[in-house]
Amino acid sequence: MLKQRALLGACITLGLLSTPLYADTLRISIMGEPASLDPHKISGTWENDVAGDLFEGLITEAADGERIPGVAESWEISDDGTVYTFHLRENARWSDGEPVSAEDFVFAFRRILNPATAADYAYLLYPVKNAEAVYTSEADPETLGIEALDDHTLQITLERSTPYFLDQLSHYTAYPVPRHVVEEHGDAWSRPGNMVSNGPFALERWQSQTRIEAVRNAHYHSHDDVALDRVIYFPIEERNTALNRFRAGEIDVARDFPTQQYGWLQDNLPDATQTAPFLGIYYFVVNSRDGHPTADPRVREALSLATRREVITEQILGTGEEPAYSFVPPGVSHYEPQQPEWVELSQDERMARASELMQDAGYGPDNPLELMLRYNTSEDHRRVSIALGAMWEPLGVEVDLYNSEVAVHYTDLRQGDFDVGRAGWIGDYNDAQNFLSLLESGVANNYGAYSNPEFDALMAQAADTQDLDERGEIMAQAERLALDDAAVLPIYYYVSRNLVNPALQGWENNIEDIHRSRWVSFED
Amino acid sequence: MLYYVFKRLLQAIPTLLIVITVSFFLMHMAPGGPFDGERQLPAEIEANLLATYHLDQPVWKQYLLYMGNLLQGDFGPSFRYKDFSVTELIMQGFPVSLELGLWAIGLALLIGMPLGIIAAIKRNSTVDYMVMGTALAGVAVPNFVIAPLLALVFGVLLAWLPVGGWNDGHWRNMVLPVVALSIQQIAYIARMMRASMIEVLGSQYIRTARAKGLAEHEVIWGHALRPALLPVASYLGPAIAGIITGSVVIEQIFGIPGIGRYFVQGALNRDYTLVMGTVVFYGALIVLVNLIVDLLYSALDPQIRYDN
Repeated sequence: MLKQRALLGACITLGLLSTPLYADTLRISIMGEPASLDPHKISGTWENDVAGDLFEGLITEAADGERIPGVAESWEISDDGTVYTFHLRENARWSDGEPVSAEDFVFAFRRILNPATAADYAYLLYPVKNAEAVYTSEADPETLGIEALDDHTLQITLERSTPYFLDQLSHYTAYPVPRHVVEEHGDAWSRPGNMVSNGPFALERWQSQTRIEAVRNAHYHSHDDVALDRVIYFPIEERNTALNRFRAGEIDVARDFPTQQYGWLQDNLPDATQTAPFLGIYYFVVNSRDGHPTADPRVREALSLATRREVITEQILGTGEEPAYSFVPPGVSHYEPQQPEWVELSQDERMARASELMQDAGYGPDNPLELMLRYNTSEDHRRVSIALGAMWEPLGVEVDLYNSEVAVHYTDLRQGDFDVGRAGWIGDYNDAQNFLSLLESGVANNYGAYSNPEFDALMAQAADTQDLDERGEIMAQAERLALDDAAVLPIYYYVSRNLVNPALQGWENNIEDIHRSRWVSFED
Repeated sequence: MLYYVFKRLLQAIPTLLIVITVSFFLMHMAPGGPFDGERQLPAEIEANLLATYHLDQPVWKQYLLYMGNLLQGDFGPSFRYKDFSVTELIMQGFPVSLELGLWAIGLALLIGMPLGIIAAIKRNSTVDYMVMGTALAGVAVPNFVIAPLLALVFGVLLAWLPVGGWNDGHWRNMVLPVVALSIQQIAYIARMMRASMIEVLGSQYIRTARAKGLAEHEVIWGHALRPALLPVASYLGPAIAGIITGSVVIEQIFGIPGIGRYFVQGALNRDYTLVMGTVVFYGALIVLVNLIVDLLYSALDPQIRYDN
């Protein structure tokens, strides 16, 4: 008997030893310290990594980024595309066991649009009826287009048909928040100890600037499908530190790695180094305001023609980015990115045409064009800016470089104090409209103040078009127009960069670089 | 003595007031605001955010508001880290920086002082040249070079120690950052100790002591050491204040949750309250540490008395 017990004990011990204790814990480095874990108070991609594991919206993301049902099991959309009726899962629960009700969504939507919440990203919900009016206190919160028909039926009414709205519902701005907890703790509801969430994982511990620990949420509707027991997020801003910790085996996933190490990583850690097309564009704004030489479309086109994107991506950066001729990155759903017609020309032909355009515009070696180019502090931005100066020099362009930190840089762009300025845009959602709207007249992020009534009219027409492919074609016409006007200088499409432990399964690259720990497991 | 301490603390108030006022207005003069970034927020959202943090008011009003809150011990909310107040951020980060800094300064004294003394005694010998050469290298090589090198060699290649993280202050996580932080201090202290020891050893009373026939170790330990420590002690004041308020570089590289990073991050993010909080805290700490050093002075040098 005693012998048997000893044997059993030995077997258990051996069993424990043979499966490493850490096998069910995912350790992931995120790019910074979250501003908050309250989904209404965040705006960064690294916060999304954590919030998306803790919470789940009506719609959620599959491993490959595809949108799949989340808290909503099914839904109907009215014929005019303005009324969405969602049927919520009966077994959706908060991590304290309370049911997730339609009322929690109503509460959350009203809260994020309440000006007192001071949510940066509240405007993402502006497609909802009366959302903007509620935010500016011109309408009562009760008039917001969201209503709980019963505990498990939720109706959302939009201002107008918005084809990308379902996608948006997976964004953290549309997550539910637990009314019973928020009302009890107020703003402190999202702290460890108070926080209750409805996603695959629940917050256990948050040590500021060090680590966030989440454990599997036993009340999650699909918790049986979740392989990991625990996820630890380490906020690491310094990319080299993340790389070193990955190499030392201290973390399983590093979200981003230092671009300068790309070559080394490809040689030494090829299985772990993951790069993939990403929903973002690196571009230079050209100032179209009166009084700037770049207000002349001929000058803008000449600059674009003389910009050798391949040289920038391959020789100057060499970090896997793809040269960009369109403003909307490839891979956006229901959309075919456009290119200016001169893409077919050789570099010599492009330069000849650029020189002609500059001459027409009144510039040349005798009458050089002086341009003020602004970029925000970063070694890569500096190198690209210097390269642009060199590429434009044969056209008789003299570039004065101005460098400033990011907050100052964008203030200067906003005030129009530049001719050419560095910018970047990461899509909020997978839709061409999110990029092209940056070129609509009077839009806040339209730094170059590009304004073309024809473009605006096409965008308005697209907004009223129900059929997704037809809508995409109209937007493509608009993009073509803007590219022919050289409204911006696209340089390259961003790529996502991750280091992923090869023993990890269920990690799939996708254009939005969204990876929910719910889908991830370790090889046995 | 107590009266002296009281007087010094009283004098600190106008000093801090000036520091706070100058920093406050300088910071608000810097272009860009806390909500300026890659994305321009819609006008009504930005206006609401500014109003929430009283940034829509004239700067002098914001100043009065800030001073009013400060008098009640309220550093305000951080604009960036929304789940914590500035007081909480400082109180979470400071113990970490303090622990790390004290270890580093302790290690620096433990190694730097004997090295300096040995170099002084064996002046112009091979030992002296070796110690001073190494110290010069220690001063010259910045810690943003040393720290990643240490991490690479002992963390990644040899795998003896963790590359980063704090792990609640486990000693294994502390070794590399403490060493990286102390190397420059070791070098400074060794050089300073050597110089002041040489000066003291050349003075009249040491000659008298030797003339009395005292053994060399009695001369060094009994007579030369205490006066030779004075310059080191006065250096220690600002050095300790600097080191325990955290090193941005070391904290970033080893991923340590101290307060050093708040100085830089706060300034870059235009997180006004966080910047002010760290400035006030740092200012008060310098005043305090300097006072302690001055008191230490009187213990080292009998000529200095604070009785009147």
